[in-house]
Amino acid sequence: MKNPYLPFSARVDRVKIETEDNNIKSFDFILLNKSDEDAFTYLPGQFAEVSVFGKGEAPFGMASSPTESGYLKFSINKVGVVTEALHNLEEGEIVGIRGPLGNHYPLDEFEGKDVVIVGGGFAFTTLRSLLIYMQKSRDKYKDITVIYGARSPGLLLYRDELEKWQNQDDLKMHITVDKGDESWNGLVGFVPNVTKDAAPSSENAYVIVCGPPIMIKFTIPVLTELGFTPDRIILSLEMRMKCGIGMCGRCNIGSKYVCKDGPVFTLEELRKLPDEY
Amino acid sequence: MEEQVIEKKDIKSWIEGLFADYEVYAPVLDEKKGKVYKKVESTEDINLEFLNSKNSPKDIYFPQTERLFSFSRKDEMGLIPPHMDDKKKIVFGIRPCDAMAFTMLDKVFVSGENNDFYFIKRSENTLTIGIGCIKPDSTCFCKVVGGEPSSEEGLDILLIDTGKEYVAEPVTDKGKSLIEGSSFFKEATPENIRLKEEAITNANEKIQEFDISGLKERLDRGFDLPVWAKIHEKCVGCGICTFLCPTCHCFDILDEEGKEYGERIRIWDSCQFPLFTKHASGANPRPTGKERMRQRIMHKFKYFVENNDIFACVGCGRCVKYCPVNLDIREVLKSLAGDGGGKS
Repeated sequence: MKNPYLPFSARVDRVKIETEDNNIKSFDFILLNKSDEDAFTYLPGQFAEVSVFGKGEAPFGMASSPTESGYLKFSINKVGVVTEALHNLEEGEIVGIRGPLGNHYPLDEFEGKDVVIVGGGFAFTTLRSLLIYMQKSRDKYKDITVIYGARSPGLLLYRDELEKWQNQDDLKMHITVDKGDESWNGLVGFVPNVTKDAAPSSENAYVIVCGPPIMIKFTIPVLTELGFTPDRIILSLEMRMKCGIGMCGRCNIGSKYVCKDGPVFTLEELRKLPDEY
Repeated sequence: MEEQVIEKKDIKSWIEGLFADYEVYAPVLDEKKGKVYKKVESTEDINLEFLNSKNSPKDIYFPQTERLFSFSRKDEMGLIPPHMDDKKKIVFGIRPCDAMAFTMLDKVFVSGENNDFYFIKRSENTLTIGIGCIKPDSTCFCKVVGGEPSSEEGLDILLIDTGKEYVAEPVTDKGKSLIEGSSFFKEATPENIRLKEEAITNANEKIQEFDISGLKERLDRGFDLPVWAKIHEKCVGCGICTFLCPTCHCFDILDEEGKEYGERIRIWDSCQFPLFTKHASGANPRPTGKERMRQRIMHKFKYFVENNDIFACVGCGRCVKYCPVNLDIREVLKSLAGDGGGKS
């Protein structure tokens, strides 16, 4: 019988500091056993519990795309006991990874449609996964628009990739910061306003929104104004989690468990749930 | 198989004979904890003089703390799960409410999609022999939430106390075979059956009932009822209601670290504790007692019902009996089902 609490062992292959405040690092982990690698099949939007043995485990969305085979990428903000321990890891050290867990973005639904990605701050992780995944079979989707904002240029994740994507003509990139600096010559402004200005068409389109609650709160009305209906607005939620498989009882919103019924929900689904998240 | 009868004086000899093939869990009087269900080595320890135990028997399948695995710091690859034997078990003397609670825990831990290795290892190969309640406690309310003092749900054998004997109702095939192999049982006479029916009727008459027929409608619209702000006020957040509850199953997972090795353990947790849902960022979707009390009630009487078509409450009354501030879930239900919840 499979034991869902036993993590796979993985090695830290690469650590990269993502942001100028050193608070976010990206980790590429390589699963040690080939059989574990085969068992770990995932899609963008899913998450896993990452362990530092002796410190505990915590849930993080996969920032890598399943199309990037060979490693799993997580971008982790240093904020608590486990994340602090993760930040202290060096290349070559061993962690545990339990997953994949949760549902994923409704990729089949996106086919043949425009896809708009709206992200804020360090919530761009599973959006990176999605963006890379969709580019691997670019023909399946129509226009892909990305609106991504951070407080300052130094707090944007994946800056090298953002630059590359900005130079591609099959992506409409709108990268913005709340406050620029002397090196910044891009957009300045909050995500909701930039979304308004970019005005992506809601015709035959889906929008995926990931970011801090305040950004989501002000972006939803803009998207609604643009004509996106609640069933076409996709969000990914975060909750305190332990088991990740719907048993430990803490991540529920009403009768839905974010760990197993989510973390991806449509706005339509969320509106049926109590306002407790 | 027809109903069987076993004389009370033979019951311990019958159990004695089961020790060879089974681990037997039964109610015992623990010096510190009072009446609890424990693994017994001798039938002398079994104590059937009680209404119900203080602690529910859920810890037989789901211990308060358990090791999920241990790990060595020297050999970083090695995760060692605990050894779990496949020994057959009998839970003897369990009350129908607690047996029904086992079926609810099954729904949580054995969903088909996700299966809890440890719970399954402990609960599979287990037979339950229940004793119907002929003398319900003043805090019992199983009939209100779909149970009965003589419910067979979750049991393999149901015993009903008829004075000198127990009338045994074999509920499952496993239960039948346990009785068939024993010389202590004989077929029940019409008189035995009459006494049994009388005992059941008596218990059903004695147990308190109240009407919660309006509960679903209230809770469906009930997230913002003013009553939530009131009912939690005297709660001190001790969590005893959740720890004694036979259906509460929330847990925490944490690591214990030693110099050379460590363990990942799971430990019961409670939705009544403020840290239960607190994010590392400091955000907390259930920041006060109001939200936490609402979660406890809504989970038991709405959310669990939506997912499993059954209340996550068996009416055992432990939370009523042992609450240090007399917060009575029966009053909460009555008030919600009636108009005491206030206008939403």
